[in-house]
Amino acid sequence: MSVEVRQVWKRFGEFTALRDVSLHVEPGELLALLGPSGSGKTTLLRLVAGLERPDSGSIEFDGEDATSRSVRERRVGFVFQHYALFRHMTVFENVAFGLRVQPRARRGSDEDIRRRVHELLELVQLEGLARRMPTQLSGGQRQRVALARALAVRPRVLLLDEPFGALDARVRRDLRRWLRQLHDELGITSLFVTHDQEEALELADRVVVVNEGRIEQVGAPDEVYRRPATPFVFGFLGEANWLPTNIDGRKGSAGFRPDEIEISRAPLDGRAFAARVQRVQSLGPRAKLELVAESGALVQVELAAERARELALEPGAEVWAAPRELQVFFEDRVAS
Amino acid sequence: MTAAALDRPATAAPRVRAALQDPPLVRTALIAVALGFVGLFLLLPLVAVFTEALSAGVGAYFAAISEPIARKAIELTLLVAAISVPANAVFGVAAAWAIARFEFRGKRLLVTLIDLPFAVSPVISGLVFVLLFGAQGWFGPWLAAHGVRIIFAVPGIVLATTFITFPFVARELIPLMQEQGAEEEEAALSLGASGWQMFRRVTLPNIRFGLLYGVVLLNARAMGEFGAVSVVSGHIRGVTNTMPLHVEILYNEYQSAAAFAVASLLALLALVTLVAKRALEWRMRRETGS
Repeated sequence: MSVEVRQVWKRFGEFTALRDVSLHVEPGELLALLGPSGSGKTTLLRLVAGLERPDSGSIEFDGEDATSRSVRERRVGFVFQHYALFRHMTVFENVAFGLRVQPRARRGSDEDIRRRVHELLELVQLEGLARRMPTQLSGGQRQRVALARALAVRPRVLLLDEPFGALDARVRRDLRRWLRQLHDELGITSLFVTHDQEEALELADRVVVVNEGRIEQVGAPDEVYRRPATPFVFGFLGEANWLPTNIDGRKGSAGFRPDEIEISRAPLDGRAFAARVQRVQSLGPRAKLELVAESGALVQVELAAERARELALEPGAEVWAAPRELQVFFEDRVAS
Repeated sequence: MTAAALDRPATAAPRVRAALQDPPLVRTALIAVALGFVGLFLLLPLVAVFTEALSAGVGAYFAAISEPIARKAIELTLLVAAISVPANAVFGVAAAWAIARFEFRGKRLLVTLIDLPFAVSPVISGLVFVLLFGAQGWFGPWLAAHGVRIIFAVPGIVLATTFITFPFVARELIPLMQEQGAEEEEAALSLGASGWQMFRRVTLPNIRFGLLYGVVLLNARAMGEFGAVSVVSGHIRGVTNTMPLHVEILYNEYQSAAAFAVASLLALLALVTLVAKRALEWRMRRETGS
């Protein structure tokens, strides 16, 4: 199912959470809402779910206006950041909840419910844990119960709020891969919120970068990474160095990544600049340099440790640095 | 040498006192004071109530609590509790819900107002009802014209009791519901539950022990309330006397054994309340702790 968000505004008292946000979600797509905390990404997710109402603007499901529909009528699956499992119910009852509260005509027999719940527990690989209470599960298991519970009612859209936020790094990676597989299997339109750019770039078909209540850019992971629309996107998606530029009288700044800089002892041409090494830090196969450019600007560089040894880099050394790729953003907002 | 060092008895270990631990003498003194206080002000009166109650013999004890006027007082007390307790359980849940789940203007004022019955002397609370509904009160003439009696009648007693005991459930539930948050309820709605289904299947089970805890305390107070009820009841024997009022009348008439017999029932209620309270505290800790 497709989702259309049109010119949505949302305020909480004095705070404006979303400003004129419009977004189109393709059927079957896995979309990441990426942004720092307080950027409005969770509010956007909750608006799509119907857990919040927009102050103005509309939300359509498959071209049908859903703005005034309650969360109950929207048939969305929502996975909360802290899972929100029903604490007094077993895993089985948690997953069965959505089936049990349906009107009698649609509910199906106890046997139907039992079968469906076991099917879902199998899908999330938790068959043996049906009788456990939520407190007896690990974070990753709770996450999967929450997912099974949301899927039980065959939602038209799956919405996940920081799905991996509360898990440790390793479980996070495994679960991420598994979620991508599950999405490809079920083909359900899904939106997830994250503040982790690596997660968004790795998992999503398209990434929506949100900042201060506005959408900065929407695009495929590679596109937003390679062709950031705004300085914010460039800075948020990875480490960034900034140097002021002045091209034909147009002021702006040039951003470049620490690992996309050519370092040499001999003068380089083109956009190279001279700099002095201030600090060298070796991190296994990689090395980090801190350079001071002639202008006084600090520049972070990341390169292969071997290359750093070849160049005999140490504090005080004079080098030439040439960014391989530059993103120039002009102050008058016309991108290069 | 090494063996000798290892064999060194534990008593020879350097005496290290934890920073927050008081010297033994202070500790003993504090415990003695606390126990003495409990004994003097709680245990002794309790013992006195039961000794006095049984001082005229077991037969007199049962006669005192089963004579018609005493029975009327017990019945009235139960009736008042049977109305006030469910009413305040419902009000309390509604108020706690509104405060814990919604942001609205005047919310802090509402939180303060909920505590009002605890802050005001019960006698004043009773007088307010007399002022409102009494014969010379604001609504008195209108009520008299329509043949409705509130003051010096059962409705007044119910009103006063309900007012006095209003805070118990709400105060217990507000922090509990705030701590639990709304996510489980939102999850229930997103799964297709109606408001009522959400309340019955998610909210109520989550707050059940807190609610029961509030109800136990509320019930104890509803049955034991004296001041406010005394003002509005009119002390009509066998009609508007509750147990605490009946105890007072008996005592004033020098029927001390009978007075203590009825009082012992209230003391029993207190004991049951304490046990129930402990059990519920234990359950709640287990629910949140595990």
